Amino acid sequence: MCTRRSERLSTRSTTRPTAPWTSGELVRRQAAQEIGTIIYSLGCFPSQKDLHDFIAKVEEDHTGYIHLDKFLPAMTKVLQEHKFPPISEDLLLQAFEALDKEKKDYLDPEELTKYMTQEGEPFTQEEMEEMLTALADHRNQIHYKDVVSQMTIKPDK
Amino acid sequence: MGCGVTKSSQFHKHSGKAVTTIRAAVLIQRWYRQYVARMELRRRYTWHIFQSIEYSGEQAQIKLYNFLGYLMDNFTPASNERNLISHIFRENEVCRDAEWERYFCYKNIEVPEIYSGPHLIFPLTVEQAVGLVEAFRNKKQLHSRYVLQLLLETWRRLRVLPNINRISTCHSKEITICGDLHGQLEDLLLIFYKNGMPSLEKPYLFNGDFVDRGKDSIEILLILFSFMIVYPSDVYLNRGNHEDHIVNLRYGFTKEVLTKYKLHGKRILKLLQKIFSWLPLATVIDQKVLVLHGGISDTTDLGVLSRVDRHNYVSALRPPKKKHISSTRTSIDSDMDEDVWGANKLFQRRASFTFPRPLVTRGGFHNRSLQDFSDRIRVVVVEDELEVRRRRQSAFISGNSRPENEGTPIASTDSVNSDNTREEWKQILDLLWSDPMTLDGCMPNEVRGGGCYWGPDVTEDFLNRHNLQLIIRSHECKQEGYEFCHNRKVLTLFSASNYYDVGSNRGAYVKLGPDLVPYMIQYQATSMTRELTVRQSVGRTERSALKVLREQLFAHRSDLICAFKKFDSTNAGLVSLNDWAAAVESVMHLGLPWRMMRGQLVTCKTSDGTVDYHDWFNELAIKGPNTDHIDQSLLETLYRHRSTLETIFRIVDTDNSGFISHEDFRQTWKLLSVYLKMEITDEAISDLAVTIDSNQDGSIDIDEFMEAFRLTDKKSRLERGRSMFMGTAPDLTKLEEDPSI
Repeated sequence: MCTRRSERLSTRSTTRPTAPWTSGELVRRQAAQEIGTIIYSLGCFPSQKDLHDFIAKVEEDHTGYIHLDKFLPAMTKVLQEHKFPPISEDLLLQAFEALDKEKKDYLDPEELTKYMTQEGEPFTQEEMEEMLTALADHRNQIHYKDVVSQMTIKPDK
Repeated sequence: MGCGVTKSSQFHKHSGKAVTTIRAAVLIQRWYRQYVARMELRRRYTWHIFQSIEYSGEQAQIKLYNFLGYLMDNFTPASNERNLISHIFRENEVCRDAEWERYFCYKNIEVPEIYSGPHLIFPLTVEQAVGLVEAFRNKKQLHSRYVLQLLLETWRRLRVLPNINRISTCHSKEITICGDLHGQLEDLLLIFYKNGMPSLEKPYLFNGDFVDRGKDSIEILLILFSFMIVYPSDVYLNRGNHEDHIVNLRYGFTKEVLTKYKLHGKRILKLLQKIFSWLPLATVIDQKVLVLHGGISDTTDLGVLSRVDRHNYVSALRPPKKKHISSTRTSIDSDMDEDVWGANKLFQRRASFTFPRPLVTRGGFHNRSLQDFSDRIRVVVVEDELEVRRRRQSAFISGNSRPENEGTPIASTDSVNSDNTREEWKQILDLLWSDPMTLDGCMPNEVRGGGCYWGPDVTEDFLNRHNLQLIIRSHECKQEGYEFCHNRKVLTLFSASNYYDVGSNRGAYVKLGPDLVPYMIQYQATSMTRELTVRQSVGRTERSALKVLREQLFAHRSDLICAFKKFDSTNAGLVSLNDWAAAVESVMHLGLPWRMMRGQLVTCKTSDGTVDYHDWFNELAIKGPNTDHIDQSLLETLYRHRSTLETIFRIVDTDNSGFISHEDFRQTWKLLSVYLKMEITDEAISDLAVTIDSNQDGSIDIDEFMEAFRLTDKKSRLERGRSMFMGTAPDLTKLEEDPSI
């Protein structure tokens, strides 16, 4: 059921296995993660549901493979329509403030964990641990104002 | 949910607290997942950069070796030129063991009173092996007398081992399997700490690549060998592609030994050459799990592999020369092959090295893979053989017309032998150098220059044919220290953590019990890395990789400018970003996502999205105090081929002193100019020599030469085999402030 090599797009002869972002290889869907990684890195901010819907549209008949032929136009459309726009620093700050019930200007790991793992599109334990390692400072507090300003990437043209 | 533009009123308290909370959480989750994905992508291309450059370095090494081999077979250089490089091709084809034992004799090496390192008394005991580990942990060095003694004993043991070890996990013994260590003693110590040292209850299997790149290769070897001697049925070693003296010339092991053992280093290296060739090629556990260093190909046959004379393959990069048996029946020692060369001289087509006129188009052999090139080598060797025999026979059987006829049966035997040799050689090469790929089939590994890429169908077929269930191999660095592929039938295991840079990857070892289900344990050598967040360690490794990449780009300046000019028809010095990316890939052939990395590599772009490429090169240029008077293009050559250059220097430096004479220096450049297909004038060479030989004593310090042209990069361990820069706490705070993270 996999498309044969001749149907793959190739800008040059593939003499060795290449990474998912280069053209000419079937993008194997290990998890929604791979497509997610690509879409995210193009500056888009889809939710998990958005990703799921997108993949359902481009996946090759439940084979688990996604052909570049389908992916490219769908992705281009997403970019042109600004379908999953970036989240502004401002909005992000407000979101953190909304979770900071006691208005302390920081969140405790327990607080953040509760929200991230129980609300919305919950994190896995692994994702949660990673987030805490990345965001918590030496006082084991998440000072979201600093975090947001450090980690928001300015759009680069 | 999540589409469209969101407004700030979304979080207004009037929306209701619960809804607000949910919306806020979703937003943060979305944002964070995006962030992690971006980091992941950066990590991947960083990895890709290091790996591409590492593999192209290996490819360059093989190409260089092929080239030198080709020269040896086809040219009669004047004797001093030939001597420059001929000694690396001498095979260890001797003769009686007694001669070698004399050469490696340690008995008259005295151990001075002030020596504070460990003393070894043979037969070796467990306590001494453990003591050795402790001593090395405390930065002691083993005296060369003991080194030679230990190596001799190792050699004796290895010679009785089969090509393929066959072991079993009897009772409930679990066997511990380790992958590449690459001279990183810290990792071996960490493994012993976590898992315990080898013992009767704790068997170990080490899967090759013990040496090169890291700074403690010899110490690792000594530890592994001593445990193997003490526990011959419980410690097993497989050969890796770096257990090869040709590869060692480039990747640091040769240099390490010569630096640590100034007086006896050469002998130690020679003995190690033999030992490497005697290392077993693979191990089978419980007749079900195959462990080998590189991998397989569609022609791999364990039956063939178990029958080869593995010790004939001193270097996997070159097929064994056939034994020349002269009519006087003197054995041909590697140091005594003058008469063989002498005989050959008369019959080969000749071109003098001083006026190089290669017999094939220059483009030709540079592009060939190892196997292709061997065709040419084989043919030449066989022809020589025939000629030699004919000549000798006609000399001794005078007046007889039989020589011509007698030539023929020998010829057919010769060609059969050389076919077999070639087949065996390919088997070994594939075993040591191959990598798995996701696509089906089997193709030559052009990236590394040796071995194959093999697909899941080849694995399936191979396992069925040999009635096996799993292949454990190493050879490739993996971020988690291990990785499954081919439907979990192939496991890659890598035990050198922080291989590319601090924080780049974990190491892992595998425990295998009678159930033959592999159980992986991961670790990372430096405590500092635990405190680095994803953000920090990615940023740091990325910076390192980009630096290496920028150097590579600079080193290819001329070719890049040519490529840019093709896109720049008006000669305005500008190209679009897309064209920039296309041009760069067409020259560099690294398969990197140039467009994505453009922001990191080009800071001088104009506002309408074009790149001023001359400006860009000024940005990249490598400047140094000594480089101003040296021609730009020569500098570029030096930079691009610095590893090759250093390798050739070390080959030329026959007495391993670290110095070469002016004359040899000039000859080296002549060699290089042929290899690189470029003109280097005598004046340019003299300029270079003068810059370095500041005390005018007629000899050039290789290290000084490399340093003077800023060809050494203390932080980049990739090319030079030095240990990584191990930062301390203050460095972490520097990281925090770095705006590029």
